Amino acid sequence: MTSARRLGPFNLAALAAGFALLYLPILALAVYSFNDGRMVAVWSGWSLRWYRSLIDNRLMLDSARVTLAAGAVSATLALVAGTAAALVLARAGRFLGRSAFAGLVYVPLVMPEVIIGISLLLLFVQLDLDRGFPTLVVAHASFSAAFVTVVVHSRLVTVDRSIEEAALDLGSPPAKTFFLVTVPMIAPAMAAAWLLAFTLSLDDLVIASFATGPGATTLPMRVYSQVRLGVTPEINAISTLFIAAVAGVVALASLVNKGLLFGRK
Amino acid sequence: MSGAGRRLLIAAAAAWLAFVVLAPFLIVLKISFAEVMQGRPPFTPLFAWAEGALLPSLRASLANYALLLSDSLYLDSYLSSLRLAALATLSALVIGLPMAHAMARAPQRWRPALLVFAVLPFWSSSLIRVYAWIGILNDDGPFNALLLWLGVIARPLAILNTDIGIVSGLVYSYLPFMVLPLYASLERIDPALLEAASDLGCRPAGAFFKITLPLALPGIIAGCLLVFIPAVGEFVVPDLMGGSDTLMIGKTLWTEFFNNRDWPLASAASVLLILLLVGPIVVLERQGSKRAEERS
Repeated sequence: MTSARRLGPFNLAALAAGFALLYLPILALAVYSFNDGRMVAVWSGWSLRWYRSLIDNRLMLDSARVTLAAGAVSATLALVAGTAAALVLARAGRFLGRSAFAGLVYVPLVMPEVIIGISLLLLFVQLDLDRGFPTLVVAHASFSAAFVTVVVHSRLVTVDRSIEEAALDLGSPPAKTFFLVTVPMIAPAMAAAWLLAFTLSLDDLVIASFATGPGATTLPMRVYSQVRLGVTPEINAISTLFIAAVAGVVALASLVNKGLLFGRK
Repeated sequence: MSGAGRRLLIAAAAAWLAFVVLAPFLIVLKISFAEVMQGRPPFTPLFAWAEGALLPSLRASLANYALLLSDSLYLDSYLSSLRLAALATLSALVIGLPMAHAMARAPQRWRPALLVFAVLPFWSSSLIRVYAWIGILNDDGPFNALLLWLGVIARPLAILNTDIGIVSGLVYSYLPFMVLPLYASLERIDPALLEAASDLGCRPAGAFFKITLPLALPGIIAGCLLVFIPAVGEFVVPDLMGGSDTLMIGKTLWTEFFNNRDWPLASAASVLLILLLVGPIVVLERQGSKRAEERS
């Protein structure tokens, strides 16, 4: 069988080259964040000075707070909306407009970000809403909900429906059945979906630029305006922290979803 | 599930989608027929109530679309977006196919870890990855240093601010989107088919083109579309890696919106971009539902 066979030199080279391409730039970025000199390309010894200067940067810290808060609130909103949509797709059977419903659920997965951003901004303008933290949260929830639906739906279709049916047959109301029977079975997927929605919100630049307003500038927006001015070790430092945080959250999410952390298989 | 609870759930989820997905697109469509105007909001209303009139009069204008189709700036933006996205898709396929193939042939116990590492970059910020890529390609960056050291070139190549720079940035950004579906379809190919081919005297290269490639076709199509669709509308890569004369529609839209504040024109340009992408999106959706049927 394949599992017994060893990889040939061509396959090993393809793997090494592919992963080197994906990871070497990020590794270089992280290493140079510890560079003492002001020039990014010239190595002048290890130092934490760029991390120290980040701690003193009030604007960056404020933006970090906005970004984390928007991530947490929008991920929670996306979890509720995305789980509801997944339930409709997996459990509600046929209804009028089901294929249109499914189309709308998945559209944000493939739309270019610029278009999502413009369309949400025009929605907020049309409703005469001032742009700021609340509109940022709604905008992020609107596209991350689609990812929640994908994750939760793929779990829902593998869950044994006869358990839910048994609860209903024994007289449990549907809402109670959902919270006491269905939710415990899909909890790992829901936790993973929340974490993924959270990282999508943390990473987003384009949609946030359209949807937010004064006083709610996110960290990617600050990084972007600095990157436009050129490459500096301070951006390397904040990028390294960012990547470490996101990698941690994603690792946590995949452990939770696999049932390795609080959950059964 | 049945009864009032089911109807309530469907209604609530549909209301959410109508509010955050459908309504915004309808508003974009509406504003694309308006005209730019000083004020707040900066465009003319589509319906105007004349005094004493019972019905509003429609003031739709096709001027924005006429401008888009005649102005070379927009036409060039669309065309060069399609061209650069197509080049990036092809390059990502050439790089991603051997990688996905090797992942699918790796020992069973390696595969979950390889998969995680192939997907992980997708979850990190594309802005930061593009920034890292700029660091590599810089005039004094490692890529040029390597080529100089090897003696391939005499002075640093200016890769940034060229079309090649943009294509490389797109490939770097979207490679995981290519590898994932390729891996999924390559992994399902029964190795016995390849063994049978080799027993019957087919050489590995022949077996690859006659067996592996046709069976992996759904994954190839899905991967190409998953790279092509977002690459056409990409903003960060052309903005940070492109030269001042590079046009990509995502960047043109952004400029039109934020710098020129011509919202009706930007809306019309968005509508045209959506129309351009509807074909690929429909194909992608078909592929997805076909695979879902096979699984069930």
